[in-house]
Amino acid sequence: MAELLLKNITMKFGGLLAVDNLDLEVPSGKILSLIGPNGAGKTTVFNLITGVYKPTEGTITYNGKTLNGLHSNKVVSRGIARTFQNIRLFNSMTVLENVQVGLHCRTKSGAIRALLNTPFLVREEKEIEDKAMAVLEFLGLESFRNDYASNLDYGNQRRLEIARALATKPGTLLLDEPAAGMNPKETADLMDLILKIRDTGLDIFLVEHDMRLVMGISDMITVLDYGQKIAEGTPKEIQNNETVIEAYLGSGGKK
Amino acid sequence: MVQSDLKKFFTYSFFLGILILPLVGFATTTFDAPRAFTVWGVFVAILAFGLIIKVIRHSGGYKNLSDSLAPIHKQIKDKLTAVPAKYYILALLAFAVIYPMATNRYLVDVGITCLIYIVLGLGLNIVVGLAGLLDLGYIAFYAVGAYSYSLLNLNFGIPFWFCIPIGIAFGCIAGCIIGYPTLKMRGDYLAIVTMGFGEIIRLMLNNWDKLTAGPNGLYGMAKPALVYPSITDGGLTWVTFHLKSLEALYFLALAIAVLTVVGVRRLDRSRIGRAWVAIREDEVAAELSGVPTMWLKLLAYALGASFASVVGGFFAAKLSYTNPNFFIFMESCIVLCIVVLGGVGSTPGVIVAAVILSAVPEIFRELQNYRMLAFGAAMAAMMVLRPEGLIPATRRKRELHAAEQHQHEES
Repeated sequence: MAELLLKNITMKFGGLLAVDNLDLEVPSGKILSLIGPNGAGKTTVFNLITGVYKPTEGTITYNGKTLNGLHSNKVVSRGIARTFQNIRLFNSMTVLENVQVGLHCRTKSGAIRALLNTPFLVREEKEIEDKAMAVLEFLGLESFRNDYASNLDYGNQRRLEIARALATKPGTLLLDEPAAGMNPKETADLMDLILKIRDTGLDIFLVEHDMRLVMGISDMITVLDYGQKIAEGTPKEIQNNETVIEAYLGSGGKK
Repeated sequence: MVQSDLKKFFTYSFFLGILILPLVGFATTTFDAPRAFTVWGVFVAILAFGLIIKVIRHSGGYKNLSDSLAPIHKQIKDKLTAVPAKYYILALLAFAVIYPMATNRYLVDVGITCLIYIVLGLGLNIVVGLAGLLDLGYIAFYAVGAYSYSLLNLNFGIPFWFCIPIGIAFGCIAGCIIGYPTLKMRGDYLAIVTMGFGEIIRLMLNNWDKLTAGPNGLYGMAKPALVYPSITDGGLTWVTFHLKSLEALYFLALAIAVLTVVGVRRLDRSRIGRAWVAIREDEVAAELSGVPTMWLKLLAYALGASFASVVGGFFAAKLSYTNPNFFIFMESCIVLCIVVLGGVGSTPGVIVAAVILSAVPEIFRELQNYRMLAFGAAMAAMMVLRPEGLIPATRRKRELHAAEQHQHEES
C-alpha cells in the first residue's frame, strides 16, 4: 500500500502551469526519485505535498487521510518531513538546538509549564535532549553538538538538515537535492546514509540532479518535464527510455 | 590608516558644525557665536580625543603597553569568570534589597522606574529578541494593564491582587488582537502596524471620556495591600497592610522584576523559546520543521503583553493616578531602545540597559535642553561601536559577526 498518494494534482501560478495533472505514489519502504530538467516542477511538487502551496486541483493523501489545506506544521506532524534545496538551518543555534527544534511537534509542554518549570517539563526537556542526541549519533554528528550550525562544513550542514527532519519522527522523508554541491566522496557517503535511513523503515522521496546517486539507490524513478509525468520505472528502464533522453538532450539526441 | 582617520575626523567635525552651530547659536534673530562654538568645540574635542587614541594605538607605544598588560588582564578575566554566575546574581539581589535603605526617596523612586523598565524591556524582549517581531506599540499593553487596574478598582473595588490576573487576561487579549492581523507581516510593515495600534489605544483612552475620563485621567486607586492572619486575644483576625511607603512599593516592584527575569529565562530555555528563535532565524524552515509558527507568534505577543500588563497595573497602583499621556509613542521607543541597547535577546543586557536608560536622563538633567540630544548621541555612538548591544546574547552576537566576516571575505 502506498503511503503518500498524489492524485490529479494541478498547480497553476497565474497563467503558468507548473504541475499538470500529476499522479504519483511513494511506495512504502522504498526510495522514489523525481528527476527532470530545471524548471520541470520538482520542487513545486515538494511544496505542494508539504502544504507550502495549495494545489489548484487534485488531492494529496497520506495513510488514507487527505493533506489538502493543512498548515505545513500539521503535515510534518502527520509524518512527512523535508529538507531544502538551499540549506536552511537556524544558523545562530547550536547543532543540538537545531535538532531539538525538529522535536517540537512531538512534544507538548506549553508556556505555562515553562513558566512554572513543572516536573513534566523538566522530564520532557531531558527527553528532547536524549532523543536529539540519538538522532545526531545516527548521523555521526554527535561531536559537533555544541558548535553553531553556521560553523559546520557544507557536507555536515546537509547532514544536519536531514537530522532535523528525522527528529520530527517522519514516516516519509522528502529530500530536495541533497547532493547539490557535494564532492564525489561526500556524495558516496550520502548514498550510504540514505540507504541506512530507508532500512530503518522510512519511505524516501528524492529530488536530485546527480544521476549517479539517483541511479545508484532509487527503487523507482519518475521523470517530470514541463509539469507532466513523462516516464516512470526502475532506474534501468528510465536510462533506456527515449522520451526521457529527448527531454534531457533535446530531439537532436535521437539520431 | 592615520590619513583616513584624519579625513574622518575632519568630515565628522564639519557635519557636526553644520548641525550644531545654527541649532545652538541662533536665538531668533541674533547669533550667539561664543556659545555655539563652545558646544561645537566640546564635540570636536571628543572626536580629537578619539583620533589621538587611535593614533597611539597604531604606533608602537600602545602595543608594548598592552602586551605588558595582557597577562594581568587575562588573569583578572579568568578570576572573574571563575566565580559562578550564581554569586553575581546573589550580589546583585543583595544590592537591590539594600538599595532603598541606603538612599533617599528620590533615588528609590528612580529605582522603581528602573525596575518597571526592566520588566517592560524583558517583556518586549520576548517579542523582539526571541520571536524576532518588531513591535513599536508595546507601550499600549502597559496602558491596558494600568487602565484595567484603575477601572476595575475604581468601579468595582476589586483589590490589586485580583486585578493582576484579570489584567493579564486583558493583556493577552490585546496581544492577540494586534497579533492576529499581523501574523503574515514582516519587518517594516509589522513595525508600522504595531505603531498604529499603540496610537489607537492611546487615542481611545484619550477620547473615551465616559469610561476613561479622557485626558484628565483616573485617580484614587487603592494601593496594593498585603493581607495576613494574626492571632490576637485568642481570635484569628485578618490584618490589611497597605503598601503606601515608597520602600514597600519598591520591594513589590523588585518582586515583579525578579519573577519576570525568572519567567523569561525559563521560557527562553524551553522548547517554546527554541521555537521562537527558530522562527526569528528562518520562519519557513521552522514551519516545515513542525513548529506551528502562527500559534507561537501569537503566544509571543500574548506573553509579552502580559508582562507589560502586570507592571502597568503596578504603575497605576503606585501613583494612584493614570492618564493617557503616560503612554505616548516615545515610551515604546525607549523600551525598544532598552532591548536594542542591551543586546537583542539577552536578559542581563536588558537589565543593564534599563538601569542605564533610566539613570542617564537623570544624570543629563544638568544639560537641560540638550538632554535628549546627548541621549540620542549616546545611542548612535553605541550602535556604531557595539551593534550587538552591551551584553550580547551569545546567539545574536554570532549572527552579527558572521555577517561582518562575510563582508570581509567578499571585499
